[in-house]
Amino acid sequence: MSSPVARTGPREVTGPSAFGGGELRRFAALTWSLALMEFKVRYFGSLLGYLWQLVRPLMLFGVLYVVFTQFVKFNAGVDYFPAVLLSSIVLYTFFSDATSSSLTSVLDRENLVRKIQFPRVVVPLATVLNAFFNLITNLGAVAVFIVATGVRPHWTWIGFPVLVLCLATLAVGTSLLLSALYVRFRDVRPIWEIVLQLLFYGSPILYAIEVVPSDAARQLIMCNPVAAILQQSRHWLIDPDALSAPQAIGGTARMLIPIGISIIICLLGIWYFAREAPRIAEDV
Amino acid sequence: MLAFRHLTAIVPKETEERSDPTAAPALIVEAADKEFRLPHHRYSTLKERLLHPRAERSHDRLHALRDVSFEVATGEFFGIVGRNGSGKSTLLKCLAGIYRLDGGRIAIDGRVSPFIELGVGFNQEMAARDNIILNGVMLGLTPKAARDRVDEVIAFAELEDFTELKLKNYSSGMQVRLAFAVMVQVDADVLLIDEILAVGDAAFQQKCFDVFFRLRDEGKTIILVTHDMAAVERFCHRAVLLEEGRVVTLGDPATVADRYLALNFEPGAPEDPAAFGGERGGDGDARVTRVWLEDGEGDRPNAFPQGERCVVRAHVRFEGELRDPDFAVAFVNADRQNVFVATTATEREAAGDFAPGDEAVFTVAFVNAFAPGRYAISTLITRRGGGNAAVDRLENISTIVVTGARPGGGLVDLPHEVSIERVAGAPS
Repeated sequence: MSSPVARTGPREVTGPSAFGGGELRRFAALTWSLALMEFKVRYFGSLLGYLWQLVRPLMLFGVLYVVFTQFVKFNAGVDYFPAVLLSSIVLYTFFSDATSSSLTSVLDRENLVRKIQFPRVVVPLATVLNAFFNLITNLGAVAVFIVATGVRPHWTWIGFPVLVLCLATLAVGTSLLLSALYVRFRDVRPIWEIVLQLLFYGSPILYAIEVVPSDAARQLIMCNPVAAILQQSRHWLIDPDALSAPQAIGGTARMLIPIGISIIICLLGIWYFAREAPRIAEDV
Repeated sequence: MLAFRHLTAIVPKETEERSDPTAAPALIVEAADKEFRLPHHRYSTLKERLLHPRAERSHDRLHALRDVSFEVATGEFFGIVGRNGSGKSTLLKCLAGIYRLDGGRIAIDGRVSPFIELGVGFNQEMAARDNIILNGVMLGLTPKAARDRVDEVIAFAELEDFTELKLKNYSSGMQVRLAFAVMVQVDADVLLIDEILAVGDAAFQQKCFDVFFRLRDEGKTIILVTHDMAAVERFCHRAVLLEEGRVVTLGDPATVADRYLALNFEPGAPEDPAAFGGERGGDGDARVTRVWLEDGEGDRPNAFPQGERCVVRAHVRFEGELRDPDFAVAFVNADRQNVFVATTATEREAAGDFAPGDEAVFTVAFVNAFAPGRYAISTLITRRGGGNAAVDRLENISTIVVTGARPGGGLVDLPHEVSIERVAGAPS
């Protein structure tokens, strides 16, 4: 009995890996389908599905807006502060949601990991992609809001998607690192919660960067890649008169610091995940 | 998970359809070795790691596969059997590429189905349609191809009326039917199947097996992991028996099944009824001290082939005066049915009188007509005319394992003849 399909001869089965084990087509389709399904479950699972997704950043925005425009007025001179605040919250929420849900993703999808052969990196990638879908829908709300608050369309808007992609790439790199670490070290989770809080206060969200009194502190804050992306978003998306990230950090050359940190995190994430992937099914 | 058993009566055995032994191997396993590290204590938090920096070195090693080698020909239906923990599922996961081998190699010709279990990745919150698409994508279909096949899958699973229902509202039978219907769509040359098919009613099972035979006819190679020896004997061309990660027997399914039953049901310690865990009752004027089984030659094998002579002996010690006791031995199947009871109560001749300290051996000899499987043996001593009051009652004192290549589906396999005669002149 011979197969109608010409075969190339036996192929070695080398076991699971982070990226291999299936064609690119299946890799992409699987990531997309998993993310889409998670997205659908959340949106159609409850009556107000999408609204809940939107309400969370909006609530945070509402509270902060009232506090920082009515009670504490150190942002008084900042133009378009509400628009800056909302867009920063939405971007930060994406990074925070993507990384913290990816952290547990490999363990959450234990049954897939232990029963199906597929490139392991699909799991954290699909989780980030799901958060990215949320970001896209939330950015729709941001667009309406910033136009309503009087922000003029500007040609620098075309740079904004690039910043979103940078943030997404950083989220992927961080997620790879965290999800693989969490399989071995369960206290990565509380540690990461603390780091996310530090990132929140260490980024120009509650305050505009020019409000920070000392040059050194301002430049230190801008070394944080998330802060740099948020600041550049503000410059490109909302207020071209606001400081750009290179200006805030004190020179274009210094931008190598946040960019370098991002690249290191991504490479570290890829390397560590690839190292752990072959045994992840046994360790979960 | 015993659907094969129900089906054995429906699907004809197709021994003629042996795979071509000269065909190129579809799958080669060479000296496969797999070891799991089982830490005594998992140091999963950082603090514990810092406190016990070397703790990870103290762990047990579970050697799941040792030097396993075999080849499977293209188009072969190959069984992997073994007891729990014998390494058969680990082997399947290595074949599927879910676990990485520590030594040796596996080579497979053609595409391998990435699934080893039905319904993996089903999302209970989603409707059947979405799950079909997702599962199809996991099997390697493009999302478009998966969408195109949704109706076909639903029709096969006979779930047309429930397409928009969330999966959590499906019965378990419906879910497995759906999962099987998706799996059938897989575009693979080598299928790996781990104990599936508690699937639906007899009609649906028939459908599943039609699919299996179709896949086999198409030259697909099928690897089946199971506990069900009836399935192995009926469907597999060859099988391998694993025990503690090693290959015990490789070859003819009937031989493998016999060996498996013998391994699985090795008699406990028949010399010590208490150790066997049997339940004891009665007033204790006599006690069965041990029960053993012999074949026609007086040997004590681990398993008894169907159709051959079998002898059960029970040694009895008397503790009190006993006039004309009756002895009985019952063979009880897994469903707790008495399949066969042999007793002296119906014999005209009485056993006589026994005094304290006397000993006797009660013997039952018969031609073994049991269906293949394991039977518990219970003994009972009563007084003649004493009704149900037991002198000594011992349940599950021993077991008999019956092997055979003719699982007919009945409780017993009596010596019989079958024939068909055409009736001449019958109206057509």
